[in-house]
Amino acid sequence: MNRVEIATARLLSPAGLSVNDLERVLGQLLGHRIDSGDLYFQSVQHESFSLEDGIVKEGSFNLDHGVGVRAISGEKTGFAYSDDIILPALEQAAKAARGIAQLGQPQSLCVWQRQPQVALYTENNPLDSMKTEDKVALLQQIDKYVRSLDPRVIQVMVSLSGVFDTILVVGSDGTFNADIRPLVRLNVNVIVEQQGRRESGSAGGGARSTYDFFLEDNRAFVYAQDAVRQALVNLEAVDAPAGNMTVVLGPGWPGILLHEAVGHGLEGDFNRKGSSTFSGRMGERVASPLCTVVDDGTLLNRRGSLTIDDEGVPTQRTVLIENGILKGYLQDKLNAKLMKVAPTGNGRRESFSHIPMPRMTNTFMLPGPHQPEDIIASVEKGLYAVNFGGGSVDITSGKFVFSANEAYLIENGKITRPVKGATLIGNGPDVMTKIVMVGNDLALDEGIGTCGKQGQSVPVGVGQPTIRVDNLTVGGTK
Amino acid sequence: MIEFINESQYQQIVHDMLTMARKMGASAAEVGLSSAVGLNVTVRLNEIETLEFNRDKSIAVTVYKGDRKGTASTTDISPASLQATVLAALNLAKLMEPDPFAGLALMSDMATEKLDLDLYYPWDLTVDNAVRIAKACEQSALDIDQRMKSDGATLNSAQGYHVYGNTHGFLGYYPTSKHSLSCVMIAQEANAMERDYEYTLSRKPDLLESPEKIGRAASHRALNRLAARKLPTQKTPVLFHADIAAGIISHFLAAISGGRLFRKSSFLLDSLGKSVFPPHMHIYERPHILGGLGSAPFDSDGVKTQDKDIVDKGVVKSYLLSAYSARKLNLQNTGNAGGAHNILVKSTGEDYAALIKKLDRGLVVTELMGPGINLVTGDYSRGAAGFWVENGKVQYPVHEITIAGNLAQMFKQLIAVGNDVEKRSSIQTGSLLIEEMTLAGS
Repeated sequence: MNRVEIATARLLSPAGLSVNDLERVLGQLLGHRIDSGDLYFQSVQHESFSLEDGIVKEGSFNLDHGVGVRAISGEKTGFAYSDDIILPALEQAAKAARGIAQLGQPQSLCVWQRQPQVALYTENNPLDSMKTEDKVALLQQIDKYVRSLDPRVIQVMVSLSGVFDTILVVGSDGTFNADIRPLVRLNVNVIVEQQGRRESGSAGGGARSTYDFFLEDNRAFVYAQDAVRQALVNLEAVDAPAGNMTVVLGPGWPGILLHEAVGHGLEGDFNRKGSSTFSGRMGERVASPLCTVVDDGTLLNRRGSLTIDDEGVPTQRTVLIENGILKGYLQDKLNAKLMKVAPTGNGRRESFSHIPMPRMTNTFMLPGPHQPEDIIASVEKGLYAVNFGGGSVDITSGKFVFSANEAYLIENGKITRPVKGATLIGNGPDVMTKIVMVGNDLALDEGIGTCGKQGQSVPVGVGQPTIRVDNLTVGGTK
Repeated sequence: MIEFINESQYQQIVHDMLTMARKMGASAAEVGLSSAVGLNVTVRLNEIETLEFNRDKSIAVTVYKGDRKGTASTTDISPASLQATVLAALNLAKLMEPDPFAGLALMSDMATEKLDLDLYYPWDLTVDNAVRIAKACEQSALDIDQRMKSDGATLNSAQGYHVYGNTHGFLGYYPTSKHSLSCVMIAQEANAMERDYEYTLSRKPDLLESPEKIGRAASHRALNRLAARKLPTQKTPVLFHADIAAGIISHFLAAISGGRLFRKSSFLLDSLGKSVFPPHMHIYERPHILGGLGSAPFDSDGVKTQDKDIVDKGVVKSYLLSAYSARKLNLQNTGNAGGAHNILVKSTGEDYAALIKKLDRGLVVTELMGPGINLVTGDYSRGAAGFWVENGKVQYPVHEITIAGNLAQMFKQLIAVGNDVEKRSSIQTGSLLIEEMTLAGS
């Protein structure tokens, strides 16, 4: 069976819903001056296990399913959902969603196109990929390993989670597509203590894969080492500097810079409304010529990847900035249509009970010409930040922040000592023009990112090579 | 418009699941059910932008097999699904490791007395009416100035129903409602755009501020941010405006919560009985305020909530503990599973204008950005925007700066609490004046 057939069997058959029923519901939606409409069926299994104080205290399992019904009329969206997948609930939701328009002429449905894309990840259920006993044992091994690494470790918290998500999206525009999405995540959090000073370290990773991912290349234990290393580094950290300075950002997860400084501001909804600092700047220089930034939802097994987005559109690689010039926005169907461009496969939603909107997938900067060592050697005095806790942006003013939780001073071209965490703040389009060196060491993050927008969380990826930014404000205390 | 929540059915479900769990071999069990229905309308440029009907429910069961614990939840309340959910929790519990501290709260702590906290005021709101109110709000905002650009006005009305039961025979339930109107405006001038918003929030629809007032305030706030400047790096006193001051108090509450304490993940370990704030500081928890945004008759363990002083004369008088964290720490349960319920911070008497005078020269923060809080060490570093004050007067808006310090020290240096109390939060505090922080800028 292909994915559409599997999803149909999983989502529609138990409710006795036929394709004819869906056609009728969509027909009812469209009969009321509605340009288009779609139905989004979803069933999600989620489990998590957590260890602390040396014992796996808690396991939890969650099963959610439901259907979201959306009606679109010009710039208007009507939306309703039900956590019962049954015909009367579907009809009731459709009736509510079309409340945005009362009158109008009937429209016809397009012929459904059922051509599944090549999957970017396994269709296997990660929850079944390992016995519960083995999940518990894995957490135990990680705990023992962490405690063996250093006697200063006083607390270890490990969490393991898996998601198995099946979606089916059926639209009046001919969309009839499905996806089966696994997602796993492991996180290790460590508290260390030395002479009364306590510090924490945290590391982890994940992928659209099964739990085997954490055993390959010993990943689980590499995270454990990294969490301990980071906590011990923080024990030695001195106060971070305050003020405007040169900042070198390490490869991988520090690419959160691009997510905040560039990515959100290039989402189609903000640009259609003209509320983004990047609005109306297509074709203009918005970054230094060293910068080429893409959003790519097609990377195999990545946390931010999707075979199709939540509107049934195949994901793609979208060039956002090419050699410093603004080239593209991220679009869902609604905003693409209103801006008269093609959708880019970035229409995403947290679940059936949320409205789709343009969202990032994996956002990263392509490698440049410089050796990472040369970048650090070029800085007389500055900050080298390699790990971050998160960030946020005001897309209208362009102000963005991201908070380092592992950083070092650079003095006379050398990394000298660790400093405490500090928030970095800048103005997106401004900071991007101050990227003066780009390394050849592109790396993507470990698969830990979650992006929040208008109350909706979705998994994303980021990445970048080592880069040097002149003039970022560093929010230390010294 | 909003469909009726089936209260007796939900109580029955919780009861049935507890019975099921017992029959299937649980030594103890607890079940929580939350349900909400609502309407959310956003209007932009005098047209509906989104019309959303919300209808959520979720039911979670925790079962114990002796010292072992398993949890499962679902949105599907069909009998087959409820049984499968209990079974999933039991299967997990069997395979977890024994935890001597696991289990229900004490039977004697259950909230057996029924309290009506006046939390439920459903709004018979039609879509047309909701649209009309949101449009009025947006129009008032746009009428303020040519430089305004709308990012929409949103009316949200929701009602919820909460049930919690456990195998002590406790079954508690209460309905709630919450209504809000918000408006987001962008002020444009030259090449700069600044966004800001205003909102009103209440359990009772007739206590919401007028749409016109909210719209106008949103525009004024956005306009006030235009022509913001950067500031040089310096040490400065900082006044956290009441709008955002609850955040500072919430970091304190997080640092004295049981989960962080037994995990040794707090900078306030062993702070009970110690002076954390100056002597003028009093922080109270009052869970039974009628109509209060944080009011609740029982916590998420079914334990009765009660009035208590958390900080008295600057000294920590109580942690925030659940049944589990209390056992871990060998302390009395405080009825705070799930957090605090209505926190009141006593004012030192000054109004906002007096605080600006007292600040004399320094920063007023009206917006904070990013994470930047390390509760293990208390280190604090966040993006900020606000206003610069000199000679006791607001001079100009500022942006693209950070403020940093350590929470332990910031608490000690909290020299004044305004009487301009923010009522839209379950943490009610006035503006907070902190003696010195590091401001980083240009």
